[in-house]
Amino acid sequence: MKKLKFIFTLIIATTILASCAWDNYDEPQSFLKGNIVYNNEPIGVSYNDVTFQLWEPGWQLSYPIDVVVAQDGSYSAKLFNATYKLVFPDGQGPFRMVGADTLTVNIAGNQTLDIEVEPYYMIRNAQFSASGRNVTASFQAEKIITDADALDIERVNLYVNKGMFVDFRTNVASTEISGGDIANPGSISMSVSVPELTPTQNYVYARVGLKVAGREDMIFSQVQKIDL
Amino acid sequence: MNKKIVYILLLLLTFNWSCNDDDFLDREPTNILLDEQVWTDEALILSVVSDLYFRIPEYQSLEGWWNFADFDEAFASNFGDYWRHKNNDWGYGEWSLWNYGYIREINLFIQKAQSDLTNNLDPAVKSRFIAEGRFLRANAYFELVKRMGGVPLITEPLEYDFSGDASYLQRPRAKESDIYDFVLSELEEIKNDLPNDVNVKSRATQALVLAMQSRVALYAASIAKYGATTPAVFLPGGEVGIPASMAESYYTKALSAAEQLIKNGDYALYNKKEDLSDNFASLFVDKGNNTEVIFVRDYVQSERWDGRANLWTLWNQPWSGAEDLEGGRTNPSLNLVQSFELLDNTFATFETMDGGGDYLYFDNPLEMFAGRDARLAGTVILPGSKFKGKDLDIWAGYQLADGSIITGDEFGQRKELPGTDTPVQVVGFDGPIDGREFSAQSGFYVRKHMDPQTGSGQRGLKSDRWWVRYRLAEVYLNAAEAAFELDQAGKAAGYLNVVRQRAGFTTDLKASDVTFDRIVHERKVELAFEGHELWDMKRWRLAHIVWNGEKVPLTDKPWKADEVSTRVFGLWPYKYYEPGSENNGKYIFKQILPGQVTGADRFRLGNYYSFINDEIRNNNPQIVKNPNQ
Repeated sequence: MKKLKFIFTLIIATTILASCAWDNYDEPQSFLKGNIVYNNEPIGVSYNDVTFQLWEPGWQLSYPIDVVVAQDGSYSAKLFNATYKLVFPDGQGPFRMVGADTLTVNIAGNQTLDIEVEPYYMIRNAQFSASGRNVTASFQAEKIITDADALDIERVNLYVNKGMFVDFRTNVASTEISGGDIANPGSISMSVSVPELTPTQNYVYARVGLKVAGREDMIFSQVQKIDL
Repeated sequence: MNKKIVYILLLLLTFNWSCNDDDFLDREPTNILLDEQVWTDEALILSVVSDLYFRIPEYQSLEGWWNFADFDEAFASNFGDYWRHKNNDWGYGEWSLWNYGYIREINLFIQKAQSDLTNNLDPAVKSRFIAEGRFLRANAYFELVKRMGGVPLITEPLEYDFSGDASYLQRPRAKESDIYDFVLSELEEIKNDLPNDVNVKSRATQALVLAMQSRVALYAASIAKYGATTPAVFLPGGEVGIPASMAESYYTKALSAAEQLIKNGDYALYNKKEDLSDNFASLFVDKGNNTEVIFVRDYVQSERWDGRANLWTLWNQPWSGAEDLEGGRTNPSLNLVQSFELLDNTFATFETMDGGGDYLYFDNPLEMFAGRDARLAGTVILPGSKFKGKDLDIWAGYQLADGSIITGDEFGQRKELPGTDTPVQVVGFDGPIDGREFSAQSGFYVRKHMDPQTGSGQRGLKSDRWWVRYRLAEVYLNAAEAAFELDQAGKAAGYLNVVRQRAGFTTDLKASDVTFDRIVHERKVELAFEGHELWDMKRWRLAHIVWNGEKVPLTDKPWKADEVSTRVFGLWPYKYYEPGSENNGKYIFKQILPGQVTGADRFRLGNYYSFINDEIRNNNPQIVKNPNQ
């Protein structure tokens, strides 16, 4: 008898727990993925720094969904099927929006969307080479925005790190040229010596970054692995 | 049967008749006080206003040692707080404040104090209460504007009419400069209604009004002047940012308010003790006849954890002499310690090696810190010094001649040294032991605000020392900064020298010595651990330069205002062990980075004004966002 009671209790509990699924919302289903691009070329940024917001109009209270752009310029978000408004908050990113400051994104199933923006500068033809423990980078800084919004270069940096995340926070070696000291933006070259790493590894990751005066986020080249 | 009913009805009627309805139904409540009771009794009004005083918003204070470890002043030697040194960014919502509930209660207080209810009070008492209410409101708006920029300016209690539409209560944000102007003009208007009494410390006085005016005007002035260096930190409506053209008038106001207080002569810098370091430390804990302190949050000793006593001494007492099972949490950083000048007005970092690559040896670790600003030993408990009459025991281990180190991971652990077979103590009872909470992980403990009385470090007693919110030395520094910005460097030097002489400097600064770096530096060392750092760095727009997120070594230019300082460093003493050598048993030092410090602080442009959350902006769509968030 006692055993039966116990089994009944168990069955009822299971039924109650199982029914939870009925009154819950489905989880979001659709992926929105893509890159932040200029002329189809992804724009490198530092991780966790550049975000944009998705707002879903029509609700009484509105809260944004923040989407973080990865360091290679890509992003992805899992969303409900709906129409969203995509906006970069003021001051985000080393770029400005092209045309309207708000994009309407209609999500119905997985979707790829490259967001076209206009960066203040582009880092072109970044070449990395190593000799001994010296890493040398050469690149061109091309000024993209030349109208009234044009900004100067505050500094350019070469960063080297043990791992794949490379920026001003995570690096083992870096070197800097301030904007005023750049003789020819069409040909910038800089090199840094990499300290001994523990545990020893015979490769590093490097990229160059450019800080625009008056904007917080830097623009970067893509990360490159270099064998020492 | 029918008769019975009639009788009962008659009886009930009689009962009803004899009952006095007014007396029976209209009773005074026994659990709350009515307006007529409160506002006719001076003692009850005082208890209302003291509640408002106790709710003054604070960021860094005696009630939260951990907030002093948020920047580069201190290391947090407590397991639950190591994340403060592992993170990189501060959230945009950090330091945000939206306390309109408090402001509404102050507005109600002012409204009732001004009403006819208080007419039978002495007119001077009535006007003092009104002035205190307006002071508290001005202070609340100052706390808001420091954090959020311009906010909606509500000066009367708002009433909702239950119509279902609250939009008529929505107010837009005022300009940042409007809030500063409001605070300044309120202070000016209430000044004469407040007492001018040096012994009133925990309520508003005329001196407090002047001191606060100088601080408020200085903040506004520097935001106007240095805000120009960060054009991204502006809003088109003026809710954030003050035009540079307004800087001069604010600086003038700051200078005149500060000078008025200094010239009144009622207050004087604290100068009671011969030993200048002891003197500086007692300034914060001497509650008897203290002529420097202007406004405080006061405490009494109490067994309960109810905010009537403060726990600063309990939290931060040196482990070797701790009166309870905790202590040692706030460890001042080497970044701060090396900022204290030598007594000849020059700066120097701490040299641990001689030119030939050998250690420098000291008989007593205190020699390392000799000849410096007396405020150093008054702010920081140094290795080799005493607290509450007990010797500190800060040393990290034995340095052997072959380069190896013998140390322990328990306080005062004993081990055998090479060539001996009797265990001896190999690490101090105060540490430093890396990763061991309550040990001096930077090599230092904090001294400022520490209560030297026996029992102040016991959980059952705690400390009754006060939290100093305004004191005269800050007013001198406000005057110096304002004078410097108004191109009166001679005057600025004079005010700086008053503060510096009290710290033991005998050579005065000349007008040509006063630079922006000097002003920044003097505030840093005089006002460390007093809750000024964040607001100062924000208003000078230095925060994003000094805390830029780069992992760089400790600066060797401690005099420069804009040197990067994103991680907290330490300086550890070791004992040297080489039997037979003349250096055996002497102390050497090593600069270290505590193992828990893995992040580097980064202050983003969006941190200058804290995030106004989505809920607030949903409730009131007229509120605009702060920039760069």
